[in-house]
Amino acid sequence: MSTKAPGMLAAAWLVARKDLAIEFRTKSAFLSAMVFALISLVIFFFAWDPTAVGPLELAPGVLWVTFTFSGLLGMHRSFAVESQESAMDALLVSPVPRESIFLGKALANLCFVLGVQAVALPAVALFYNLPLGAAFIPLAGVMVLASIGLVAIGTLFAGMTANTRMAELLLPVLALPFFVPIVIPAAQATAGLIAGRSLADAWQWLRLLVAFDLVFAYACTFAFPFTLDD
Amino acid sequence: MTTLVEATSLVRTFGARRAVDGLSFTLGPGDCLALFGPNGAGKTTALRLLAGLLKPSSGSARVAGAALPAVEARTRVGLISHRIMLYDALTARENLVFTARLYGLPDPDAAAQHALEALRVADRAEVPVRALSRGLQQRVAIARAIVHTPDVLLADEPYTGLDEQGGAALTALLRERRDAGAALIVVTHHLQEGLALATQAAVMRAGRFVRHEPAAGIDLKQYAAEYRDLVA
Repeated sequence: MSTKAPGMLAAAWLVARKDLAIEFRTKSAFLSAMVFALISLVIFFFAWDPTAVGPLELAPGVLWVTFTFSGLLGMHRSFAVESQESAMDALLVSPVPRESIFLGKALANLCFVLGVQAVALPAVALFYNLPLGAAFIPLAGVMVLASIGLVAIGTLFAGMTANTRMAELLLPVLALPFFVPIVIPAAQATAGLIAGRSLADAWQWLRLLVAFDLVFAYACTFAFPFTLDD
Repeated sequence: MTTLVEATSLVRTFGARRAVDGLSFTLGPGDCLALFGPNGAGKTTALRLLAGLLKPSSGSARVAGAALPAVEARTRVGLISHRIMLYDALTARENLVFTARLYGLPDPDAAAQHALEALRVADRAEVPVRALSRGLQQRVAIARAIVHTPDVLLADEPYTGLDEQGGAALTALLRERRDAGAALIVVTHHLQEGLALATQAAVMRAGRFVRHEPAAGIDLKQYAAEYRDLVA
C-alpha cells in the first residue's frame, strides 16, 4: 500500500488530537486538576490573614502555585494513557518522528493547562477580590507564555518518568526545580499587572519568559527522543 | 530474491545479561519464521529489536534494506505484542483510524474498515476498547498491526486470548499475508500452530538459536519430542 508518513507537525497534530479526544471523553485529568485547583485556592484563602498580607501581594503566589501543581496532574496523565496498554510502543513503531510525539503531547497539555487556568483565574479574582478588568488580556498573555515553558518541561519529565514505579512522585521532584525560572517572572509580571501597573513595566519579565520558553521548548523537543531509549 | 528481514549477529544486553546473543537470519518475501522457546529465551527482545523498539548492543537489524529504526524500515513493519497497544477510551475504529493516519494511508477510514473486517470485529467497531472482552481486544490489536498492510509482520504470542473463530481469522490472515509476499515472524509456544504457517522454524534458548531449519518436512511428533529435550 502506498503510504507517505506525516511530517513532524502533521504527526504532532494527530497525537494532540488523539490525546484531547481521550481527555474529552474521560475528563479524568481535567476534573482532578480542577478540583485540586479549587481546593488549593480555598485552603490558601482560609489560611490567609488579610491584616498581615494584602490580597495583591498574596494572589500572584497563590495563582502560580495552584497552576503549577494542577498542571502536573494533567501532564502525568498524558503519558499514563500511553503506558497503560503499551500504546507508546505503537507510536514508536510507527514512522512518525519521535519529536512529533513530544510536540503533540505538549500541545494537548498546553490546552489542558490553559483550560484549568481559565477556570482558576476567575476563582482567584473572586476569592481575593482582584480588580482584573483592564489587566485581564495582558494577564492572559502572561499565562500563555508561562504555560508554554511549564508544559515543555513537564511533558519531557512526564515522558521520562512514565514507566517508573513512582511516576507520580518523581515527576514533581524532577520538574519543579526547572519550573522556577518560569514561575518567578510569571509571578512578578502577574503581580505588576494586577497591581494596575502597565504592560511596559512587566516587559522585562515577559522578555525573560519568552527567552526561557524558547530555550525549554527547543531543548525539551530534541531531548525527548533520547528519553525513549531503553 | 529480495531480503525483507536481515538480522546480523544481533546482540542485546541488559546489564550483564545477554537477552539476545548473536542472532543471524534472513527472511524473504513469503517467508514465515516460527520462533519457539521457553519463557525468558529472548524471543520478545528479538522481536522488539526487529521492530526498532530496542537498539541492539551490537550487530544490526534491517528491514527491506533499511537499518532500524529508520522511517523507511518502520513504515514496513507491523507489530503484534503481548500488550494490546490500544487506547481503551477510544473505540476500535478510532484506534485504527488514528494508526492509519500515523502511517499516512490515503484513505484511513477504508483501511480501518478493511482491517476490522479481516479480524471479524467490524460489528464492534464503535465500542470503546475498554468495553470489549479480552479476546475482542486482541482482535482489534491485530487489526491495528495490519492496518497499513505491512511487508514484515512480527507477532508475539498472537493467539493469546483468541477464541476458535478469532484464531481461525488470525491464521487465515497470516496465511494471506505470507502468500501475498510479506515476511512473518510468529513467536508461539504452540508448535502445531507455528509450524502450520512456517517456512522456517527456530528454537531459542538463552538468547540464541539452538535449532534453526526449514519447516518443510518437519515431523511434528518428532520435533515436539526434540523440542522438549532442547528446552528442558
